[in-house]
Amino acid sequence: MRKKNLWMLAMAGFGLLIVQYSCKPKNAGNAVSGDAASKAYVAPGKYDEFYNFVSGGFSGQMSVYGIPSGRLLRVIPVFSIDPQTGYGYSEETKPMLNTSHGFIPWDDLHHVEMSLTDGSPDGRWVFGNGNNTPRVARLDLKTFRTAEILELPNSAGNHSSPFATENTEYIVAGTRFSVPMDNSNGDVPINTYRENFKGSISFIKVDPTSGNMSIGFQLRTPGVNFDLSHAGKGKSHDWFFFSTYNTEQANTLLEVNASQRDKDFIMAVNWKKAEDLIKQGKGKKESVRYAHNIYDEKNHTATSKIENEVTVLDVKDFKDLVYFIPCPKSPHGCDVDPTGEYIVGSGKLAALLPVFSFDKIQKAIAAKDFIGEYEGIPVIRYEAALYGEVQKPGLGPLHTEFDGKGNAITTFFVSSEIVKWNIKDLKIIDRQPTYYSPGHLCIPGGDTKKPYGKYVIVYNKITKDRYLPTGPELAQSAQLFDITGDKMQLILDFPTIGEPHYAQAVPADLIKNNSVRIFDINANANPYVAKGEAETKVVRNGKRVDIYITAIRSHFTPDNIEGIKMGDEVYWHVTNLEQDWDVPHGFAVKGALNAELLIMPGETQTLKWIPEKPGIYPFYCTDFCSALHQEMQGYIRVSPANSNVPLMFNTGKNMPKDTVSVIGSK
Amino acid sequence: MKKILVIAIIVLGIAACGNNPSGETPNKDTTSSTQGTTANGNPSYDPNRGEGKFTKVDLSPNLDATKAAAGEKVYSVKCAACHKLTDEKLVGPGWKGVTSRHTPEWIMNFTTNTDEMLSKDPKAQAMLEICLVRMPNQNLSDEDARNVYEFMRKNDGVK
Repeated sequence: MRKKNLWMLAMAGFGLLIVQYSCKPKNAGNAVSGDAASKAYVAPGKYDEFYNFVSGGFSGQMSVYGIPSGRLLRVIPVFSIDPQTGYGYSEETKPMLNTSHGFIPWDDLHHVEMSLTDGSPDGRWVFGNGNNTPRVARLDLKTFRTAEILELPNSAGNHSSPFATENTEYIVAGTRFSVPMDNSNGDVPINTYRENFKGSISFIKVDPTSGNMSIGFQLRTPGVNFDLSHAGKGKSHDWFFFSTYNTEQANTLLEVNASQRDKDFIMAVNWKKAEDLIKQGKGKKESVRYAHNIYDEKNHTATSKIENEVTVLDVKDFKDLVYFIPCPKSPHGCDVDPTGEYIVGSGKLAALLPVFSFDKIQKAIAAKDFIGEYEGIPVIRYEAALYGEVQKPGLGPLHTEFDGKGNAITTFFVSSEIVKWNIKDLKIIDRQPTYYSPGHLCIPGGDTKKPYGKYVIVYNKITKDRYLPTGPELAQSAQLFDITGDKMQLILDFPTIGEPHYAQAVPADLIKNNSVRIFDINANANPYVAKGEAETKVVRNGKRVDIYITAIRSHFTPDNIEGIKMGDEVYWHVTNLEQDWDVPHGFAVKGALNAELLIMPGETQTLKWIPEKPGIYPFYCTDFCSALHQEMQGYIRVSPANSNVPLMFNTGKNMPKDTVSVIGSK
Repeated sequence: MKKILVIAIIVLGIAACGNNPSGETPNKDTTSSTQGTTANGNPSYDPNRGEGKFTKVDLSPNLDATKAAAGEKVYSVKCAACHKLTDEKLVGPGWKGVTSRHTPEWIMNFTTNTDEMLSKDPKAQAMLEICLVRMPNQNLSDEDARNVYEFMRKNDGVK
């Protein structure tokens, strides 16, 4: 008895020890205060406060998260094929991935930008860049689908993209790699970079009504690497700022050779002036080839057109168009504060953070306070453009966003932390570790005129021990901080798709009420639509067979098809007759060297199928649609090329010869 | 006795950590009351009328051929996949005689307010038990629903 009591007491003490231990954050795992869970908690069935559009990096897609819960809401296929939705597999969507090089099934989506009206997100579109084969995509936020992809000529590594002017007059796309221009002979020695390689910045016009993109003009620049950019705001509305590196113009071992100079440049472009020059006919038309792909919501079909011309302004020919501002050590982020006065350049290798002043830049230009020229472009004296420097902010500054309360938050890759500092006095307010090595960060509206300074989401490049091990590769971690107080508070980790670079977040109200629930079947203009089962049919035209088939809970019409022959090219045009929210039907046929189709209510999508041998091939609905989903199936019979089996198709009629129709019986 | 002590100490320890999250429950649930009036403001639920916005449908003794023709178009796109015009059940019941089985209000409420009807109306639920496929909401406009009803009347022999 006494022994037992002692044991009890020991246990109690031990329990207290455990509890007390867990009170004191000792390491990364428990450096979270007690109310973190409630701050990130969104009750089941309740909505998040913000949509968060996150680049998928090398997945080529864009993911959508709810904030603050970190719930994955959607992955939108953009530059990569997606067998799950049939994107890039269906006949209707294949043209979206066409380029001047042909069909490309993958790209690397780095940055995300919301369309803006008066410097604030308007919730209409979100843009993403294709880094590898330079392209810019526009996603429609009514449907959460890729609506348009525009290829960019004279570019390679479209990294400095897709950033918007205050009314989305333009989306920019700056080349990362300088290269010989498309219409010149590119077969030159690589070490002739200085003579033969040039940079390009594309200014993509966005139609304010349709959103359709077109290249307004390109700036031809000295051969350097363009990294990131942001448009001016308010008083700096007419200007665009681009970070550059490799002003050494190295063509090999850039790790060393592009890190020689003490300072590279922020390039300031007066885009209004460029626009005027183009209006005056000062641009040179050049012959190039690039694809322009548009998805039409009415016929549910994409078309791809090859464009042949681009208008170019060579910046060295126009003295008052472009200026260079020295910026320490290979700047990466180039971020403009909500007032448009302060431009933060983040030198990757610098031990300080320079903040430039728009007013001072204007004064320096007026006073010609230059230290010389770089390939014909005036270089402003560093001190003449500088507002001030944040001293000893951390190691490896990459990106900065703004909280709308006069503060900036910057990620530091090397020292693995985020740092909050005041823009006016350049003093550091707080620093918090992140796990590990943050790249981009996102405050809702944090690069716009009106940030919603409640959270910052940090996208880390390295995960290591943050999650249960999953072999050599781990999902990249995002971390959510509450930034309403002076101290930034970590409240949530969540895994992400691919490798997130930049992201944008906006209040849910901007988007949620405009979300499309169905496509109106009566407005379906797909040439292969069957509006009702009465319009279903199978049409042979030589070796081409078009099957107009409908899907509704829970049967296909037709579901018995005979008379297909070897050598036929079969096109399954599946129309979903449903008119109810969130009732897609799927379609898959055995042996198809393709993917499935996922057809939204009221939509028609087409799967091409070439049967490889005679036999019976089942097809079925892949998306669980009703209690009789497992019954949603059909058979198609393939006969040898010389067979006499007649074309036959129906549903519910093809009964065994010796039985009475079940449906016909009473 | 001693067990209580253990628990008490542990509880004390937890309390000492502070930060009581139960103090704030975000997004308080507000369930709207459907007692007395229906969601659309109609006086009360009536099984003959069903649940929905239609309380009284005016019918002329004779068929409105224009409405019936428009209704037939809607039928062929949105309804024919599951409903035959005879009394045969396909996925859903055949339409022969449907206008004598239900009031026009009930039918139009069911075709426009399908989900709510299926979760509330005994007759709709009885049909679901037989068919086992929830009737999809086919997004009929009020006008569509009225036209489809006229087409049902035509199918039931109204001249």
